[in-house]
Amino acid sequence: MAQGVQVVGLYVQDQDEALAFYVGKLGFRVHTDVRNGDYRWLTVQHPDQPSFQLGLFTPGAPMLDAVTAQALRAMVAKGAMPPLVLEVDDCRAAHERMQGQGVEFTQEPTARYGSVDASFRDPSGNGWKMVQSRG
Amino acid sequence: MDTQAPELLRRLLRAKDRMDGAPHEEWSVQRLAHASGVSEAHFARSFKQAFGVPPHRYLLTRRIERATALLRDTDRPIIDIAFDTGWASLGTFGRIFRAITGESPRAMRERARAAANALDRVPGCFLAAAHRPDLATSVLEKRRQAADATMGSIDKGRSHGTRRPGRRSVRAGPG
Repeated sequence: MAQGVQVVGLYVQDQDEALAFYVGKLGFRVHTDVRNGDYRWLTVQHPDQPSFQLGLFTPGAPMLDAVTAQALRAMVAKGAMPPLVLEVDDCRAAHERMQGQGVEFTQEPTARYGSVDASFRDPSGNGWKMVQSRG
Repeated sequence: MDTQAPELLRRLLRAKDRMDGAPHEEWSVQRLAHASGVSEAHFARSFKQAFGVPPHRYLLTRRIERATALLRDTDRPIIDIAFDTGWASLGTFGRIFRAITGESPRAMRERARAAANALDRVPGCFLAAAHRPDLATSVLEKRRQAADATMGSIDKGRSHGTRRPGRRSVRAGPG
């Protein structure tokens, strides 16, 4: 039995698009995908991290009013959401594989601070830093 | 002011990302408009509405941020740093740097080295962003405000409100 953070959610513009990206291109797996009317609880998991789920949620009813939802969609599209960091064994290899899948990189792999890092965005605008594990 | 659609904002973000990725390059409105798939006629206004500053001014903040990091973290000659961060001459670099940060590149370098800090737990990219100069007003406007403040005060010290990026504190982040 482990204690700790179980789910952290991202706001995305479109859950189908996000699912195709995180599962189809990044190699995550679907953990939960359930609907209740228009509401859809969708979480994915990194294959090496079974105790953590990344939620892919759209801002909107019934949690939020239309004006708030619109503001959040704008923030996501402007890349204004908080930093996200993905750790990988080999940044350059991951970059090559993901670029081949059509992932939008905003920074090529760069060696610095004793590691290699690159940056990419998901289709909604959420920005990820991809950092190579320090040997 | 009308609301900008998320689809437009996402495309404008591409132009911002391109400047972030290569701030030393020349970024004409034509090139930026092309990167975001927006017409040249609408690009600058749309960008400013989305991100609060005109695209050229945003580019200046990124160049100054990069130059500040190089001044602080390397021993490279200031003229090399000026050319590597996209300035056409040392004079232009020094003038704009001073207008934005309130001190000369050399003074900034000396001050940064004197201040030993313990920021190595913050990932470098986020630390750099926290040190990004805040250009809410244009460079010309900053100069005018500084001149007014100097003329209006007996104390000719740093009585004007010029922001000095190296002084902002950063808490430890991830990694």
